[in-house]
Amino acid sequence: MSDLVADSLDMTFRTPAGEAVHALKDVSFTLKQGELLSVLGPSGCGKTTLLNLIAGFLRPTGGLLSLNDQEIDGPGVERGMVFQQGALFEWLTVAENVDFGLRMKKHDKKETAIKVEEWLEIVGLQGFGSTPTYQLSGGMQQRVALARCLINDPDLILMDEPLGALDALTREKMQSLVLKIWKETGKTILIITHSVEEALLLGERLFVMAPRPGRLHKEYRLPFAEMGLNGDLRDIKNDPQFVEHREEILSMIWNMEEEIMGKVL
Amino acid sequence: MFEAISQNRGMIVGLIFILLIIGLFAAYFYGRGIIRTEKTDAVFGNPEKALGGWYWVCAGVSSILLIWFYFSWDAARSFFPKSANELCQVAKVDTAINPMRSIFPLQSRLLKGTSLLARDGGQLETLKRDLDRSGFTEAEKAEYGDLLNQLQDALFSLASPDNLDPAVQQQITQIAGRLDDAREQLANSAFPGEPSAEDIETATNQPGWGEANTEIPNFPVTERGRRFNAVAPVVAEISKDFGQVRNTSIRFDGRIAAIGEQLKSLQEKLKSSSLEGDELLEREQFLKQANKMFKRVDDGTVFPPDALDPIEQAVVMFEAEASNQQGSLKYIDAFALPTGTIAAGSTNCSEQGSGRWLPKPSDTLGTLVNISRPSVGYKGIPMLWYKQKPVAEMVGFFIPDWVADLVPGKYPRHNPDGTIDENLKTKVLNVATGNFPSISVPVPTGHIWDSIMRVVAGLFLGIILGVPLGLFMGLSRFAKGFFDPLIELYRPVPPLAWAPLILTIFGIQDDGKIFLLFMVAFAIMVISARTGATGTQLSKIHAAHSLGASRRQILREVILPNSLPEILTGIRISIGVCWGTLVAAEMLAGTTGIGFVENVARKQSDYEIIWVTIILLGVLGLFFDLIMRWIINRTIPWRGKG
Repeated sequence: MSDLVADSLDMTFRTPAGEAVHALKDVSFTLKQGELLSVLGPSGCGKTTLLNLIAGFLRPTGGLLSLNDQEIDGPGVERGMVFQQGALFEWLTVAENVDFGLRMKKHDKKETAIKVEEWLEIVGLQGFGSTPTYQLSGGMQQRVALARCLINDPDLILMDEPLGALDALTREKMQSLVLKIWKETGKTILIITHSVEEALLLGERLFVMAPRPGRLHKEYRLPFAEMGLNGDLRDIKNDPQFVEHREEILSMIWNMEEEIMGKVL
Repeated sequence: MFEAISQNRGMIVGLIFILLIIGLFAAYFYGRGIIRTEKTDAVFGNPEKALGGWYWVCAGVSSILLIWFYFSWDAARSFFPKSANELCQVAKVDTAINPMRSIFPLQSRLLKGTSLLARDGGQLETLKRDLDRSGFTEAEKAEYGDLLNQLQDALFSLASPDNLDPAVQQQITQIAGRLDDAREQLANSAFPGEPSAEDIETATNQPGWGEANTEIPNFPVTERGRRFNAVAPVVAEISKDFGQVRNTSIRFDGRIAAIGEQLKSLQEKLKSSSLEGDELLEREQFLKQANKMFKRVDDGTVFPPDALDPIEQAVVMFEAEASNQQGSLKYIDAFALPTGTIAAGSTNCSEQGSGRWLPKPSDTLGTLVNISRPSVGYKGIPMLWYKQKPVAEMVGFFIPDWVADLVPGKYPRHNPDGTIDENLKTKVLNVATGNFPSISVPVPTGHIWDSIMRVVAGLFLGIILGVPLGLFMGLSRFAKGFFDPLIELYRPVPPLAWAPLILTIFGIQDDGKIFLLFMVAFAIMVISARTGATGTQLSKIHAAHSLGASRRQILREVILPNSLPEILTGIRISIGVCWGTLVAAEMLAGTTGIGFVENVARKQSDYEIIWVTIILLGVLGLFFDLIMRWIINRTIPWRGKG
């Protein structure tokens, strides 16, 4: 059983002024091995908090969180993370970034070099090994971040709005890449996004979260990720079922935003 | 080679000067041309427009050097090598006639007699007014008032042409005549005749302008110079005689004698009176003032308004002739020797103005080359050279002596027969103290090396202690809170304010200075490393955690490289500040170093050495900064691109 289990998670922050902010309340779910989950919600609904909890950067104030029946306590290699801006180490080359995790564990050097080549090829960066990362474009940087995470062979891959900063074309290519990796490796992947289309495309399951306090609002099971593995992503986006879901979720989030911000116009 | 350069110094300087002017104009017009033809981005405020532009560097350097050559009079010395000698002769005449000229409204606004009358007459009026207001008895007031009136009368009588003694009139005419004769001599190209063989030899053998410790060659070299030189003593004699002319006459002498008697009797009367204390003092003060005025009137330095006209005319004509005889020389004086001229003293001539305190580039370079020679150096120490040093000495320096104490056993005592048995302990001690035979290797030495090593040592200590503490402070609330007050309290104190204390505690040799520099570098390094650590993006740290890095690995592989831009900037700033502090500290105390050299030169008013040290400091500072820039470009190319 290598499932991610969240059992009535609670997370309360204290602001510097002393007020308590309820970031997450009573969040429970189970994510099975090999599932692809996307989490969607208006800003301030606690998606990033949830991700940080799973990654182990934060400790929940209540509830239980476990992966493979082991309670999550601090960051670990079995939970790889891809950040919004890549968070690459700009003083290292592409190859040095990718093999960072293996180097930290003093992995065999020859084997590491072979693995790096493999992963650079998978993410489409063969030949860029000795390039400094600051010379790469945003999309290429995210590919490096993906490879850097995957080379450690994590059980669970956490992605925090990984494609948010990319232009539309690059974004589509990267979405295909994520689906391809999901299929080929069979990893459990959790993606946080603020794009409804992306959430629908990259989610076998989709959680819509609601703010104040952050909680799970609605869950969907979607066929689009499977479809995306074989078909063209643009065709899927025009599928009537896809459009229907998109409009439903958009109005749902729109209503939540209005509830918080007050009605606009 | 060196000899050849120094012999043709004038020609070389002239050539360089002309090349600099050409270079300046060429660079200027090249730069202007490029601005006109460049059309890529004509918008004001685009920083890219500041890129490149080596030709402006050429123009800037040329300008600085031209200003230096010009205002130090090096250009003048190169183009008009004999002008200083000639101007020296002119200055001699100038100095000789100056006492006469100062009488007349040529430089000052008023005729000397007029200003004397105004001053003395005014002071007598003041005395009269004070007398009216004083608490003296009516009888005293009458007596004293009479004395003042007498004095005033006598003073004014000097100004009357009727009272002028014919004998004095004759003296004045005679002096004017003598000055006219001197003028004619100055104008006479045959005067003072052909130079004797001895004169020619003296003139040719004396060193030139600025050669062999001679500031200005004193002995006249040119025909014109010889004329001025010959006229100078004549004029000096006339000046002296004129200074002794007094406006006195039998009538005036009689009146002055009577006033003197009157003053004396008043003084006697006061002495024999029964007055005491303040009252006596007040009267004494008054008579003292009256006596002073009496002496001034007695001098007879005031003449009737037109009486000195013949002399004034003679002086004006003489000066006109002198100026005329100078010819082109006065233009050289005005344009080639800016902000000053050559002045004649009692024994020799000297440069007065920027030529004096701004050493000439050629002299400065010569001094630099001279003291750079290891056999010369400064105060017996070369500027930068090497010496043979035994390896043992260095080993002894680096291995602490207490290492020997750790070796088991005891140090041996001497035997009754006077011998000493060596054991392992003594052998280790010998190594630790450097007491063993070894080969010698060349090691750099000298003032410059000493200064550089002090900066390097202080900086090194500052970096290896400051960077870890700074990173610690950037990551830990305890360290930030605990060490912040310590550093923030001592850091704002100017390093030189610490210097007296530090030098007392650690000694005036290297220890004190290195500690001072360490303090400076340490604070800067702590702050920069702390800023670097604080500025690490949390997501990078998170990423490193997720990739399985340990705390130590995160520190070394993420936080340290991420802080490198700030740390390197800190080092660059530290070098600059340390360099400045070091020189100031060396000026306070010590026996080697560039600052020491400058301090000694300062005490001896040796401007050339001072400029040499200034230039050395500038060039070395620039050199350090270039090295740091190179390192920064090599090690952190990602800076600002993360």
